Amino acid sequence: MTQPHVELLVWDGCPSHPHALSELRATMTELGLDPEAVVVREVDTDDAAQRERFVGSPTIRVDGDDIQDPGDEPVGLTCRVYRLRDGRIAPTPDPADVRDALRAAISARRAA
Amino acid sequence: MSLALGMEAPSFSLPDTDGVKHSPGGGPATLVVFTCNHCPYALAWHDRIAAVARDYPDVKVLAINPNDAERYPRDSYDAMRERVVSDGGWPMPYLRDESQDVARAYGAKTTPDCFVIDAEGRIAYRGAPDADYADPSHNAASLRDALDAVLAGAAPAVPETEPVGCSIKWKR
Repeated sequence: MTQPHVELLVWDGCPSHPHALSELRATMTELGLDPEAVVVREVDTDDAAQRERFVGSPTIRVDGDDIQDPGDEPVGLTCRVYRLRDGRIAPTPDPADVRDALRAAISARRAA
Repeated sequence: MSLALGMEAPSFSLPDTDGVKHSPGGGPATLVVFTCNHCPYALAWHDRIAAVARDYPDVKVLAINPNDAERYPRDSYDAMRERVVSDGGWPMPYLRDESQDVARAYGAKTTPDCFVIDAEGRIAYRGAPDADYADPSHNAASLRDALDAVLAGAAPAVPETEPVGCSIKWKR
């Protein structure tokens, strides 16, 4: 089984998640994964954000790991800030980071 | 409630990061931008808005942070000061709307949300800085077009666009 468990955690107060979902699904398709297997979960309360260690929308987790280390980002209902590989700030992750995270998860599952 | 185009812009007096108070008006045009420290859309557009402030010295540009700093500490007055210092200064004052009354009076929805006010104190443009936060080459074209028109004594060809960004973080 090489299909990793892919989750997209979103908060409806931030408008970036449809774009993030679209890019995530496109990358999964490119890697031969089922794009419909993404589990989209809404985080809509401060309590849920604490419970999920949610540092902002969108957050993508592959086999439970955040595709970008949240570091000391505060937990809360907010839009997440991503830094693209060319240095620009963006509300969604760099597709190359998403691709690398998915590839690493696929490789780890193959090796297991 | 949002302001309609052509309506008189609400006046205000808000402190910048040095405690100096600023108000709209007193020149050929004012650009009011509701913005903040923590929103990726506001951050992505920031350099383009700052460039407008540098390129239009006759326009009074006022950046206003209205967000609830209790739930979003990165938008606190202290954090605003630290950001301006860390950036080596801004070409426009960064104002704190602690009560959120100004954001409410303007009907601001997002960060950023921009309002161009003409010499008569009326709203001439409201919306996003340009059509794509992700593409710096857009260069805040919507704002520049609106300011060019107002400075020429005309109405902007596109007086309204949909503001795009993070919702204003209202106090509960």
